[in-house]
Amino acid sequence: MSLNPIEPAAPTEAIKTPAPKVRTGSHFTLGDWIFTGVSQVFLVIWALLVIMPLLWMMMTAFKTDLEIFASPWQLPAVPQFSNFVRAWTTASIGKYFVNSIIVVLGSLTLTLLLSSMAAYVLARYEFRGRQLIRYLFMIGLMFPIFLALVPLFFVVRDLHLLSTFHGLILVYTAYSLPFSIFFLTSFFATLPSEVAEAALVDGASHYAIFFRVMLPMARPGLISIGIFNFLGQWNQFILPLVIVPDPERYVLSQGLAFLAIQQGYQNDWSALFAGLTITMLPVIAVYVVFQRRLEQGLTAGALKG
Amino acid sequence: MYHQKYRLIIPFLFPALLLYAVFVLYPYAQSFYVALTDWKGVSANKRFVGLGNFTKLFGDPQFWNALRHNGILLVALPVITLGLALLFAVLFTQGGKGVIGANFYRVVFFFPQVMAVTIVGILWQFVYHPTLGLLNGALRNIGLGSLQRTWLGDDRTALAAVAAVVIWQAVGFYMVLFIAGIQSIPTTFYEAAVIDGANRWTMFWKITLPLLWDNVQVALIYIGIGALDLFTIIQVMTEGGPNRATDVVARYMYSTAFSYAQFGYATAIGVSLLFMTLTLSALTFALTRRERIEF
Repeated sequence: MSLNPIEPAAPTEAIKTPAPKVRTGSHFTLGDWIFTGVSQVFLVIWALLVIMPLLWMMMTAFKTDLEIFASPWQLPAVPQFSNFVRAWTTASIGKYFVNSIIVVLGSLTLTLLLSSMAAYVLARYEFRGRQLIRYLFMIGLMFPIFLALVPLFFVVRDLHLLSTFHGLILVYTAYSLPFSIFFLTSFFATLPSEVAEAALVDGASHYAIFFRVMLPMARPGLISIGIFNFLGQWNQFILPLVIVPDPERYVLSQGLAFLAIQQGYQNDWSALFAGLTITMLPVIAVYVVFQRRLEQGLTAGALKG
Repeated sequence: MYHQKYRLIIPFLFPALLLYAVFVLYPYAQSFYVALTDWKGVSANKRFVGLGNFTKLFGDPQFWNALRHNGILLVALPVITLGLALLFAVLFTQGGKGVIGANFYRVVFFFPQVMAVTIVGILWQFVYHPTLGLLNGALRNIGLGSLQRTWLGDDRTALAAVAAVVIWQAVGFYMVLFIAGIQSIPTTFYEAAVIDGANRWTMFWKITLPLLWDNVQVALIYIGIGALDLFTIIQVMTEGGPNRATDVVARYMYSTAFSYAQFGYATAIGVSLLFMTLTLSALTFALTRRERIEF
């Protein structure tokens, strides 16, 4: 299979040729005007399709339940900040939020550490079985996660890790390893070896070379793969759905899906909208600040080198 | 020297391999065996049934129903998503800087990609809500009240409604992928074409698309796998309903396992999903193969 995001090492940044310069003259023909007009109308429609649901969600979060049912387009008479308090406490969003932070902090750290160590060795050392290990990790890239779900549930149960943070951290990490190792292996392979060789001559140990020389050099790759895994793990739904049956340990995405069903029974829609808004705000903030980085991190796997 | 090398290799590889073996490889390997049993979750009752589960699968109308929906999505999602993504990518690279407002649009269009699928699903569930929903509200406001539907509750519109959400979220990703591809095409190609009197249309078909083909191929495989693996959005928005009108293979597998405890049968569905994924990727790769153009 050739999903191979071959050498995603130096993507986008290096190839910023200010591309297709179609118009050289300053005159605008009629065709240009029509083209511009039609495309702008189309772009505005799509932009509205993206923005409207989000604005609507935030606006609805400030309405009372009565207002929500009265008209979806009406602004709230008085902004109901209490919706947010109810969402955070009564509806447990706060708890889910904290659970997610604990799990993702743990699994992200572990993923970056383990995958960079393994990738480094796979990229820069010759040893028996290296190719086999690479192929083994490839399996994780090709196989659908659904195939593993049933046996995974029983493995986790038998290790007494169901509904535990450390269980979730280990499982998230395990499923993040194939792509991370794959990505970082090609990244480490492209790093120059002169610095490492010089350090070796100066008597640095193999360990010191990795932690003091190679890891700092691999920073751009680590950031890309870090962003990629952060979003993947923060948004993960299938794995916790299977291995976290205890509502006390629900992570955010799982908890919200659960709430969406529950609030329906309790008719507390306003708290649910407030909950969605609370969940969205950090993502919007991170997006506004790190927009380009996020784009690169997310598409890192698919870009050709 | 030699020994020091292995003193690094082993501790560096071992933790990753161990985790991966226990939580990924072992479950994958085990699933091939479980698929051949009638396991219902109690370990004593694991009876070997050979290919029985697969025979059963062939005659299971619910499996075919789910698979048919995957098939529809497998055609609709790539065509619409990649079509829109290509269009946006071209518009945003027009003349180097793109059309007016290109940067703003680009940031907006990519945003749904960073949202959790769960949240997207819940949000759109409300957009489609028959009474308090944004969509029906909008239709009422502009005097098209007769077009109002219970979008997710009507088995004629449910699948299309869910597919629209998947497209809504995915377009930005492929757009960025294509923008990066187009930006790596040397400007001189376009300059030469302009001198030769080529218009936008010709330049797209003769320059942009051929030189972007590697990215398109990757995108097709990605989105194809995505269409086969579709689960979260459907689980959140409809749970496969109404009347299984939005059921897909992965969701059918999930409920077979975790709602009905038919673990053996469910795993057989998982194995068939694997073979479909591998076949699809190989097919896409073979069918879209072109002479690679170096530039």
